[in-house]
Amino acid sequence: MSHRLRVNPIACEAHGMCAELLPERITLDDWGYPILDEKPIPRALLDHARRAAQACPTFALLVERQSDYQKPR
Amino acid sequence: MTGEREAPVGLPRLLNAIPAHGAMSLAEHLSVHGEPPLARSRRARRGAGALIEEIEQAGLHGRGGAAFPTAVKMRGVAHARGRPIVVVNAAEGEPASSKDHTLLTGLAHLVLDGGVLAAQALGADQVIVCIPESSTASLQSVKIALAERQHASAGLPSIEPRTVPERYVTGQESALVNHLNGGPALPTFTPPLPFERGVRRRPTLVNNAETLAHLALIARHGARWFRELGTTAQPGSTLITLSGPLVYPGVYEIEHGASLSSLLHAAGGATAPLRAGLFGGYAGAWIDANQLPNLALRDEHLKPYGASLGAGVIALLSEDACGVAETVTVTRWLAEQSAGQCGPCVHGLDAIATSLEEVAAGTARRDAKQRIARLASLARRRGACGHPDGAIRFILSAIEVFAAEFADHARHGPCDACAGARELPLPATPRPAAALVG
Repeated sequence: MSHRLRVNPIACEAHGMCAELLPERITLDDWGYPILDEKPIPRALLDHARRAAQACPTFALLVERQSDYQKPR
Repeated sequence: MTGEREAPVGLPRLLNAIPAHGAMSLAEHLSVHGEPPLARSRRARRGAGALIEEIEQAGLHGRGGAAFPTAVKMRGVAHARGRPIVVVNAAEGEPASSKDHTLLTGLAHLVLDGGVLAAQALGADQVIVCIPESSTASLQSVKIALAERQHASAGLPSIEPRTVPERYVTGQESALVNHLNGGPALPTFTPPLPFERGVRRRPTLVNNAETLAHLALIARHGARWFRELGTTAQPGSTLITLSGPLVYPGVYEIEHGASLSSLLHAAGGATAPLRAGLFGGYAGAWIDANQLPNLALRDEHLKPYGASLGAGVIALLSEDACGVAETVTVTRWLAEQSAGQCGPCVHGLDAIATSLEEVAAGTARRDAKQRIARLASLARRRGACGHPDGAIRFILSAIEVFAAEFADHARHGPCDACAGARELPLPATPRPAAALVG
């Protein structure tokens, strides 16, 4: 089962914790909002990804199972 | 599916016998189109789901802009858990579009037929018609139509008109659902999509008013009849709101694949030399005037230009207008129309609008074009809804098609036409500016 990152852009308030906790997959844009690497998360990074999601003050970062949902666009 | 009466041949279909002023009465509607095949007995209601099959055979695609296959959407709703609700989307936030308004003020019965038939096919007991607050004529027309239908509505799904705030993103499905659930008319983070969990947490079919008007005719005349017009990929006819320097701008019904030239001819021709055409409204793309004479109005022909018919909006720009000034004005408006919920959209569109204003004023840095391209890549696909994506499609295509004008403004500042009035339509009253929420 592969996992990937998704952000709820409405909830996100650009705190930037995620990029500090998961720099391998997350960078910040000009305004501090996360730019995600949408490739599947390797097993070695999965715990870090979950920790980053839990650390988000607005719970905007999601670690989703790949099969959960495909954005229709 | 086919009724006793003979199916009409050719065009117009939806706009057949539309009154020049006012609305088509129920009696006129029934004499033009015949009785809709409504299910009045319990047994008939059990068979109503067959309409979905017919819609699939017809190849009907949504006419709200995304061109999603209607049957797929209906199946999604039918298979979700709970009693469905049907929402007729006539929010029409696109400033250059007036087809929903045309349908509701002139042909409300056709749209209502479609809503009721779709509801019966899904086993829904409620149809909600969403109308912009400012469209008092549409609301009035729907209310009159409902009063006319009252005596014949026993045992049929209920129909309720609802007004929705006038804003560009209101017509977005999740925004409508959010509003109908008592929240703000702003897009929500998906999933769940409305077909899974929508109004009052029920599976909700949200369809554009024109889509349901077509559905009402397919239910009467069948899929094969629907495919007599149009192309294999885009069967049937479609409504086009045509604006610009024309003798008769307005709403036209065309066959998919018809030439733009024939449409312009129907509109009495252009009153000025054309510079370019915008296809798909302010989420669409520009095509240079020299490509317009050979253009066929089908998405396969428009795709190479990054354009599509979208919600059927075509806005033509004359050579007298300034493509740069028009782009700057619409871009600033699009930035203000952001729901204000997603950072990349709020900041990205605002920054692009500012950059474009600097280019138009001749005060931009030399790398402005690269800067705009980078900002576009930061905003694209990073909103909860498609607003930033559509705005960026419009902006980037304008920069390409009006490349010479942009280069000229960057060097020499405003041109003579910049000071004049804009040709592209925008709402007269200023709408609330976007502010980042939270």
